Amino acid sequence: MTLRAFPAALALVAATAGAQQPAATAKVGPTLIKNATVLTVTKGRLENTDLLLQNGKIAQIGKNLSAPAGATVIDATGKYVMPGIIDPHSHSMADAINEGSLSVTSMVRIRDVLNPTDINIYRQLAGGVTTINVLHGSANTIGGQNAVVKLKYGKDLDEMLFPGATPGIKFALGENVTRKNSQQAAQAQGQPLRYPATRMGQEEVLRDAFTRARDYKATWDDYNARVAKGEKNLVPPEHDLELDPLVEVLEGKRFVHAHSYRADEMLMLLNIAKEFGFTVRTLQHGLEGYKIASEISQAGTGLSTFADEWSYKIEAYDAIPYNTAIAMRHGVVTTVNSDSDERARRLNIDAAKMMRYGGLSEDSALKTITYNGAVQLGIEKKVGSIETGKDADVVIWSGNPLSVYSIAETTFIDGEIFFDIKRDQAKREEMAKERAALEAADRRRPVVP
Amino acid sequence: MTVRALGMTVVFSASASAQLGSFNPNPGPQGTFAIRGGRVITVSGAEIPNGTVVISGGKITAVGANVSVPSGAKVIDATGLMVYPGMIETGSSVGLSEIGQGAIATVDIQEVGSFNPNAQAFYGIDPHSAHIGVARVVGITTVVSRPTGGIISGTAALMNLAGDTPPKMAVVQKLALVVELPHSGFGGRGFARAAALQQGSNVDANRVRQLQMDSLRMMLHDAEAYGKAQAAYAADKTLPRPAHDVVLDALLPALAGKMPVIFPADRTNDIRDAVTFAEEMKIKPIIMGGQDAPMVASFLKQHNVPVIVTAVMKLPSREDDPYDVNFTIPAKLAAAGVPFAISTGDKGSEIRTLPYNAGMAAAHGLSKTDALKSVTLWPAQIFGVADKMGSLDVGKMGNVVVTTGDILEAMTDTKYLFIDGRQIPLDSKHTQLNAQFKDRP
Repeated sequence: MTLRAFPAALALVAATAGAQQPAATAKVGPTLIKNATVLTVTKGRLENTDLLLQNGKIAQIGKNLSAPAGATVIDATGKYVMPGIIDPHSHSMADAINEGSLSVTSMVRIRDVLNPTDINIYRQLAGGVTTINVLHGSANTIGGQNAVVKLKYGKDLDEMLFPGATPGIKFALGENVTRKNSQQAAQAQGQPLRYPATRMGQEEVLRDAFTRARDYKATWDDYNARVAKGEKNLVPPEHDLELDPLVEVLEGKRFVHAHSYRADEMLMLLNIAKEFGFTVRTLQHGLEGYKIASEISQAGTGLSTFADEWSYKIEAYDAIPYNTAIAMRHGVVTTVNSDSDERARRLNIDAAKMMRYGGLSEDSALKTITYNGAVQLGIEKKVGSIETGKDADVVIWSGNPLSVYSIAETTFIDGEIFFDIKRDQAKREEMAKERAALEAADRRRPVVP
Repeated sequence: MTVRALGMTVVFSASASAQLGSFNPNPGPQGTFAIRGGRVITVSGAEIPNGTVVISGGKITAVGANVSVPSGAKVIDATGLMVYPGMIETGSSVGLSEIGQGAIATVDIQEVGSFNPNAQAFYGIDPHSAHIGVARVVGITTVVSRPTGGIISGTAALMNLAGDTPPKMAVVQKLALVVELPHSGFGGRGFARAAALQQGSNVDANRVRQLQMDSLRMMLHDAEAYGKAQAAYAADKTLPRPAHDVVLDALLPALAGKMPVIFPADRTNDIRDAVTFAEEMKIKPIIMGGQDAPMVASFLKQHNVPVIVTAVMKLPSREDDPYDVNFTIPAKLAAAGVPFAISTGDKGSEIRTLPYNAGMAAAHGLSKTDALKSVTLWPAQIFGVADKMGSLDVGKMGNVVVTTGDILEAMTDTKYLFIDGRQIPLDSKHTQLNAQFKDRP
């Protein structure tokens, strides 16, 4: 089929994308996965083990479990089960990425622009991904608020937002903020230079914003204290949507996920955070993190990096695939992320690379795409490993997920199947028929020889 | 080495540092090596569970289960290890583009103008590119590096990833012509593309494309006539001496069928157009990209046109495509009998993911042995160098990799590496920075 735009094709896209959605089920029955190799991530590898998913949770893990009434039983002999992959850096589903007009845009929210029908959700489910952290872009020093999402394709957005995930905000440092690579083009189109254009300015923007946030917080604290003391007829301070999220950062209620590449800019941020009394939750990319792994570790900050991307721009020229292993050996909670709809589909391979580059164990490699991501997003009590009582976000793989020859076969979220390779094949036949019918109905369709 | 911003000289200092010095350790001499006791994956024939591979004078001199070790050979104990021929990446521009964004002086990938057959990748390749050291330690020993852009982009080279000068790296200096045939549909290529886009009309775009196609045809016909005139003069010096023309000269090997022509093409129309055009001009096409090649597989098979598949890891291009539409391209081409190789299509820094592209294809229907062939023997065959590389056979170049396991697996590590019969230290920019910082307190 050619990529011509004509009305029937648009209808086709809508119809077929819909066909990939699983049938909506009001209540999900229990599932018993039998005789799998279970990679728990936190408690090692369990051979010939059963897993009972019930009421959206991992109900039981053990040998020879009996199936409760009405349970679907899946024979997973020879197959592997691992927790759903968590991608701590995604822009999937986002219809807008950057509010780049100002240097501080803490007031904007990614959740307002999320598209729950993005086909990339389905593609990532087919790669064993169940949770993503959708971040604002890196155009400005203080960007917008993030959204942590369970990839429950076919559901309403409200059902996809991860309940209880710690709110976060994107910060960004370095080249993307200085816009050294785009400012010239922007100016040519008549747009003015935007401050900051250097890393010096970035430090100042952060200091200014948190100084204002601290004063704002003091004003409110003062007001609230007086209210608490029973004072009457007080005029409350004005609300400030820009500073509210930064106050939450100061109070430890909102995580900072900071795009950064070079060691010096990361260190600058860690020092500012220390000065203002908060902890940076993650350095996103943090490609030169390995140069200051001790400082990152001492700050209690996490690192979320690429497996092996490098050299695509100057500040990525010193990126090395050993970054993850070096950071982990220094005690930094480290994850491998995608930052890409494409790479998100094969994070299992990226995790396996970490065994080659720096010699991570199988469990440590798996942690970089599961449990550690859960820690970084404040959801480790619910997801990230296979443990009784956790959310039933699990994936059955055809073989060891760290092998490039393995594929995800069934992906569960909260005990419900959102991708299944057999269902997918069956849907394709339906879609082919639907496509043929729609194409036959389109009289303007060009004839391709 | 760090890349620091010093006042206004960010771009300058970084581009300079990208070109000065070398992170790639020098290859050793062409000695005699006996790799013993490993599981030898010959690719061309059966694997040898406990075999020996002997390399001497730059070539493979023996492969087998009962091979005697020549006296004076350096013995490599490969017990518990696997022995493979080096992998070949055919879709790269290695050495032509070091830092794609913000360091324009490190990018020498595209000439000015639309018709540059005489622009040879060979003359732009930086043998000290850090990409080289990083890629070869995963077992990629040879690359096709090609210029891009314009309509006739230039001439690609086949380079070993070892050697401190381009001549030492080169296996075939002038390997293939690269023709980026104007796309069917919107926009064409080269200089006129932007104008066509601005005009905003498909009719205008198609007119631009026709003009570009006419210019290309004209140039090839000119070269044909030029070749005939030169040949006639060579045979009969009493004829008027035709002036030499370096641009037309560069087209003659392709027109004589001695050099293949790489046509980047992903859409079915573009693939068909490239093959049809090649037949019209009597040139030998290789399709590069091939995203929709499975849809025209029987056509490709019928015309016996090979495909360099660079799209395995690409996202599906249509919302209603199956999620695995590109993972399965190689399996579909194999089933249809279309010759192909797998490539990352990356300029340089990420070509080290080549084995995982092949592995992903194997996870989606391609046999494991075919997946391995698609990055070793088949690319060698497609470019007519299977007598030199692509398998472990006597007489081929000593491009050999010894690994801890399956070479297509991401967790597999390289233990020994030989290129052109020289042992290559397993060091790179990345191992150097790792060593410098891994134990920093």
